[in-house]
Amino acid sequence: MHVFETLRGRTRLRLRATPGDLAFEGLSTFIALAVVGLLVLITVILYLAAAESIRTYGLGFLSGSVWDSVSQRFGAAPFIYGMLVTSALALLLGVPVSLGIAIFLSELSPAWLRIPLTFIVELLAAVPSVVYGLWGIFILGPAMRVYIEPGVQAVLGFLPLFQGHPIGSDVFTAGVILAIMIIPTISAVSREALLAVPDSQREAALSLGATRWETTRLGVLRYARAGIFGAAILGLGRAVGETMAVTMTIGNRAAFFGSLFEPGQTIASQIASRWLDAVPPLELGALIQLGLVLMLVSLFINLFARLMVGRFLRVGEGAE
Amino acid sequence: MRFLFDRDTRRRWFDVIMSGATLLCVALALLPLGSILFEALVRGAPALTPTFLTQSSLMGGIANAIQGTVVLIGLTALVALPVGILTGIYLSEYGKNRLGGIVRLFVDVMTQTPSIVVGIFAYSFIFELSLLGFFPPPLVFSVISAVIALATIMIPIVARTSEEALRLVPTSAREAALALGIPRYRAILRVVLPSCASALVTGALLGIARVGGETAPLIMTAAWNNDFFNGLNQPIAALPTQVYRFAVSPSLAENRAAWGASLILVLLMLSISIASRAVIRMRAVRR
Amino acid sequence: MSAKVHVDKISAWYGPKLAIQDISLDFEEHSVSGIIGPSGCGKSTLIRCLNRMHETIPKARVEGQVLLDGQDIYGQPAVSVRRRIGMVFQKPNPFPTMSIYDNVAAGLRLNGVRERKKLDQAVLESLKQAALWDEVKDSLDKSGASLSGGQQQRLCIARALAVKPEVLLMDEPCSALDPIATAKIEDLIFDLKKDYTLVIVTHNMQQAARVAETTAFMYLGKLIEVGRTRELFERPGETLTESYITGRFG
Repeated sequence: MHVFETLRGRTRLRLRATPGDLAFEGLSTFIALAVVGLLVLITVILYLAAAESIRTYGLGFLSGSVWDSVSQRFGAAPFIYGMLVTSALALLLGVPVSLGIAIFLSELSPAWLRIPLTFIVELLAAVPSVVYGLWGIFILGPAMRVYIEPGVQAVLGFLPLFQGHPIGSDVFTAGVILAIMIIPTISAVSREALLAVPDSQREAALSLGATRWETTRLGVLRYARAGIFGAAILGLGRAVGETMAVTMTIGNRAAFFGSLFEPGQTIASQIASRWLDAVPPLELGALIQLGLVLMLVSLFINLFARLMVGRFLRVGEGAE
Repeated sequence: MRFLFDRDTRRRWFDVIMSGATLLCVALALLPLGSILFEALVRGAPALTPTFLTQSSLMGGIANAIQGTVVLIGLTALVALPVGILTGIYLSEYGKNRLGGIVRLFVDVMTQTPSIVVGIFAYSFIFELSLLGFFPPPLVFSVISAVIALATIMIPIVARTSEEALRLVPTSAREAALALGIPRYRAILRVVLPSCASALVTGALLGIARVGGETAPLIMTAAWNNDFFNGLNQPIAALPTQVYRFAVSPSLAENRAAWGASLILVLLMLSISIASRAVIRMRAVRR
Repeated sequence: MSAKVHVDKISAWYGPKLAIQDISLDFEEHSVSGIIGPSGCGKSTLIRCLNRMHETIPKARVEGQVLLDGQDIYGQPAVSVRRRIGMVFQKPNPFPTMSIYDNVAAGLRLNGVRERKKLDQAVLESLKQAALWDEVKDSLDKSGASLSGGQQQRLCIARALAVKPEVLLMDEPCSALDPIATAKIEDLIFDLKKDYTLVIVTHNMQQAARVAETTAFMYLGKLIEVGRTRELFERPGETLTESYITGRFG
């Protein structure tokens, strides 16, 4: 680092007069600032476009439970609720599986299998959201209706959460699809966290007579817990903003739901499914206001995740 | 249990069970991937007739959607690659200060912003401009607003991957060039950029893979078009939006077409992903 | 005295690379045995073969026998071998997310000890044995990482002692410590001798001379010479040993 700084100092001195240098540094700085400006512009434009809706509904928008374009009453509560429930479901199902994958890839897998398997799991992220949606409509949805949801109901049917007639195009299916879609993110970041654990921790556990699993639990998972937590939060960030696959599987009903086997709507799916049919100006404005809420939610989640992952990365760097 | 197993035996079994469980997790993740690829192949391949591949949606094909995706990716790359790479150059070469930290934070926040929010932005941006009299209203659903949305998604990805690519170039390479008396900007353009070209290509491919599969922002900006590309201020078809329309259609024939279109889309996206991997591998081998 | 650990023609590899070759050696009960040699001579590899830690490295391989009380450890589950033969490493490696108490109790908990009383008793004993009790008795719930380097290493020794091993292997336990901390650990090694069989790897010849009763000298993966420490240092049998202890290489 300091070599570079001296180098910079030296070149500055020697080359201060080169107009090409000044122009190029100026250009790249200008472009970088323009990118910063772009984010500011996004916020300003969203606010302007939603201004009328914000004036009309104010903070009550967040607690309003009706979305009716005829009476022009718009509230975001059912969608915030839908977003929270589907994301929670996605984390509940996706985090254990992702953690299992990360453990297998970093601790247990034979060396020759490691790279190809890592790559294949990453391919899950390369499948476009709309293809997940298509698969959700025609493959996962029917499978959920016929096999999985009745099976879950047989075991947990006494809970209100799992009552009603399974339809396959519901909150539960959307949650499962989201879980699948956040697996590559969570497993990749937690795998990094596990790989950052120094071998001396594994050796400490092994030398006490720990089995491989006990070594993972004692020496690895505990050490990497901040990174794993950050990975889960990053996954949450993805789940919250995911649009197409949810829109195509959640059943699109703009209301609260009591059971996971009922249709619902998240913020993102409500925007996507109503966008082209929205009645301007008020309904469109309300959808844009929903977008503003979504943006703030994901901003908050991602800054929090950065804080967590950043802390574990610093610990990792310090150990080296 | 106590009669059958002593503690060590139980521990060993637990070890086997937990190792098996992690393997099961891998299998659980591969199951949907396998199923998606299998179904896309089995259900999509029969749809791939010459008509389907060469005609527009007016004649029952998806050639217009393929063309639309190529046009959108091309135009987006044209805007986003220079801007993204220049931002990456700024972050890596000039941004080792407070301002650089702020730019990096903003770029990171942008990469994580949900794409549907970006879609709303592009639509509203054009809409507000048209209220000010800059554009005629039809432009709201157009190639231009779609490219604004996609470029907004792609720029931060390219910026971060280029920054990381440039950081891979050792300081000694920069020093060597500067020692020859070459101006700094030419050292960056002639020495630093070429020596991390493959990493830049990987970053560009990652950005393209992300943008090529985007659907929600396209629905909100490009809408759809049954015909081929007919002007920057007109709506345009694209593979992802086509898959969506066919998928939610009540017509069984269109449902089949959805699988055909998604087969092409998936093959396109996977080959871009694999290509970006291959570029990384090539670089590793050359070292 | 009898041989607690008998090493019989051990060879070990990292992938294709031979690290130690055909080593045979005895370690006596209730004594301290030192292993010395220049870095890269295979002394760490040898000690890691004694409790089957060598094989935890990918592509590593071992041939030969190590007899503990006459039974080959390579014919038993590695987990139970490591419980009987504990190990302390070069760099102190306490579990940073655990308290001092939990660090010491970790091995016992693995073995299913749950009763608070038994744990308390074992933690107290082990910390006392490791000469750390007086310094930490009021802060048992603090993180293990909050201690100084020398304290951390003694914590690691206490952690290893808590599972009541018969043999304690130490792989250059003082190489990361300052002289005062080193002196404390050396005193400790002297005290531990009456209850345990100790094997200590060191590149510091003075240390071997201070703590070990017998010393083995290794060079380039081979055992060159082994004998009573005094004799080895005063009347080495091999010229190689002599040049090493007189500082002509190393």
